[in-house]
Amino acid sequence: MAFAKDLNLDATELRLGLPGTSDESAKNQTPATLRSNNKRALPEESMSSNATASKNCNQETAPLPKAQVIGWPPIRSYRKNNLQPKKSEGEISGIYVKVSMDGAPYLRKIDLKVFKGYPELLKALEDMFKFKAGEYSEREGYNGSEFVPTYEDKDGDWMLVGDVPWEMFTNSCKKLRIMKGSEARGLGCVV
Amino acid sequence: MQKKTAYSFPDEILEHVFSFIQSDKDRNAASVVCKSWYEIERWCRRKVFVGNCYAVSPTMVIRRFPDIRSIELKGKPHFADFNLVPDGWGGYVLPWISKMAGAYPWLEEIRLKRMVVTDESLELVAKSFTNLQVLVLFSCEGFSTDGLAAIAAGCKNLRELDLRDSEVDDLSGHWLNHFPDTYTSLVSLNISCLGSDDVSFSALERLVGRCPNLRRLLLNREVPLDKIANLLSRAPQLIEFGTGTYAAELRSDVYSNLVEAFCNCKELKSLSGFWDAVPAYLPVIYSVCSRLTSLNLSYAPIQNPDLTKLVSQCPSLQRMLVLDYIEDSGLEVLASSCKDLQELRVFPSDPFGEEPNVSLTEKGLVAVSSGCPKLQSVLYFCRQMSNAALVTIAQNCPNFTRFRLCLLDPKIADYRTLQPLDVGFGAIVEHCKDLRRLSLSGLLTDCVFEYIGMHAKKLEMLSVAFAGESDLALHHVLSGCESLRKLEIMNCPFGDKALLANAAKLETMRSLWMSSCSVSLGACKMLGQKMPRLNIEVMDEKGPPDSRAESDPVDKLYIYRSVAGPRFDMPPFVWTMDEDFASELS
Repeated sequence: MAFAKDLNLDATELRLGLPGTSDESAKNQTPATLRSNNKRALPEESMSSNATASKNCNQETAPLPKAQVIGWPPIRSYRKNNLQPKKSEGEISGIYVKVSMDGAPYLRKIDLKVFKGYPELLKALEDMFKFKAGEYSEREGYNGSEFVPTYEDKDGDWMLVGDVPWEMFTNSCKKLRIMKGSEARGLGCVV
Repeated sequence: MQKKTAYSFPDEILEHVFSFIQSDKDRNAASVVCKSWYEIERWCRRKVFVGNCYAVSPTMVIRRFPDIRSIELKGKPHFADFNLVPDGWGGYVLPWISKMAGAYPWLEEIRLKRMVVTDESLELVAKSFTNLQVLVLFSCEGFSTDGLAAIAAGCKNLRELDLRDSEVDDLSGHWLNHFPDTYTSLVSLNISCLGSDDVSFSALERLVGRCPNLRRLLLNREVPLDKIANLLSRAPQLIEFGTGTYAAELRSDVYSNLVEAFCNCKELKSLSGFWDAVPAYLPVIYSVCSRLTSLNLSYAPIQNPDLTKLVSQCPSLQRMLVLDYIEDSGLEVLASSCKDLQELRVFPSDPFGEEPNVSLTEKGLVAVSSGCPKLQSVLYFCRQMSNAALVTIAQNCPNFTRFRLCLLDPKIADYRTLQPLDVGFGAIVEHCKDLRRLSLSGLLTDCVFEYIGMHAKKLEMLSVAFAGESDLALHHVLSGCESLRKLEIMNCPFGDKALLANAAKLETMRSLWMSSCSVSLGACKMLGQKMPRLNIEVMDEKGPPDSRAESDPVDKLYIYRSVAGPRFDMPPFVWTMDEDFASELS
């Protein structure tokens, strides 16, 4: 769970359990809807994300593992990053992007590499900032929600999270911003 | 009768005398002898160190010291290194650069640590300080390679560019091309933190080739191993070298080129880098090993026996940084081979693993403490410790100046007796009378703090986590440690009483950091009212302090002395408790 500390789990009381466990049952709908969309996460992908989630679920009842305490052990981020081996020449060890939300005081950083697709990412964002993204559709963007996840790509354009295939997204995303719904109209909409 | 002045010789003589006084402490002492010494001294001071950029304003510095050539500024508190200081907290250098641009056109050296540096600031630096020779950005962030391009293009007299541990937005490696072809004065270049694959290697080669005085070159991970030989052959005069990635397929031509290249570097004393190192290529540096005084293998996943074999070939080592792959056995070899060792840092290879992955225990540190009489500075991450071991270490090394022990389980007891580690750390402070820096860990009660207050009279910096039981702990430290300048505390169950009882002490220190402790909002407000020359900064994500009860503990607290008053560049989650705080809200 090396990425756990990057999500600042301790501060946000995040639990990486299966959807439907503990108090997560209310949030079931959103991830399920996203998973059913062919365009993004394939069913196999979300299956494997469940597999890792179930491993974490076992730790839920145990006391918080030491890894989740922010600031301990006192090792600087670049050292933690360098412990990961470089698998191949082209691969970077982690894709850390800053995440901000309109109205929330703290910025966070997350590693996009640890997510296998949009459902996982969105769930993590929802848990981190305690909001609901609403239902995503290609035509209408995120419906039924006050907050909309957006990102700035390499060209400096602001896009809706979910509009491009996952790999393209992780390669081009420079930072994430969870915008107030009203501001996000007109972003990446097809119509 | 003519009144005789105290000094009947010209100011220039005093100035000349002062020019031999380099240390800030001594200069400060001289400046308070009398008004005329104050005046003379301030006109001829050339170097300023500002340990907390918010303790004083740039205007004040410029007003007192009109002709500075070298400035060092520090921004965020140390715990920012471990992600405890939220993004946007502060530490911006631009206001300083803007003011100094006009006041110090002859500025030669800028050294910044934990500050937010923007491309705009760097462009302003390049434009305003044509004589800039040294730029050190230590653990800074907020800038990109565009800013570096401006420095490269504009600072024709640059000797030293050091970006150590900074977070740089690596847009393109082509910033190196901005050093003009006529530029030949580079002496020291540290780009080890740069991330992108896009290092303009040819530009780097040309730069290295045309700078005959280059003595220090620290590359980034992206520079492949097969390019190193060529680079070294252009700079055989290097004293300090940091490789890039140290992994490659074993090829005899690459291997022999490297052997030859390292062999030709007759003055090489310090090596680092070694990312992803594979054992096959380690022997290429054997010709250098006997001369090495500093070796940083803390990014190298090399294990024993290769690791120990390498270390055993470096008898002149004074400084050793390594991962815990060295294990107790390797440290025993280090202890018997490296009698000049002064500094040892052992980092964890698997800090978040539940079970130990290597056999590194307290025994390794005991061995080094016993075998290396000059050992002064230790940073040691491990999983078990005993009071007995700490007592032995303390007795072996009374000359310790820095001792930082980090037990991966922060509240772990003495593994042999299951007692707290109070006695062990007590022995450290009792025997090591020159100890300036100490980091504690493990199961610790108020007792250890009593020992610290009693014995650690030279202690300047103390780091505490998950320790102590009551306010007495903090009180012992604040009332006993006469030399204390920086105190940083996380996750300890104390606060109010000790802080309020020792409020005056806080003005004698640079700063105090407390996070996840038991300091109430009410106590912070009281301190703010009582101590106008302290900035009491409360950080809380949950919302403004006025929305909560006085008895609520604050999330993070940063207190520092300042003659500049409260700052105005605070983000929305930081509040200053000053005298006006209460009235501002009503």
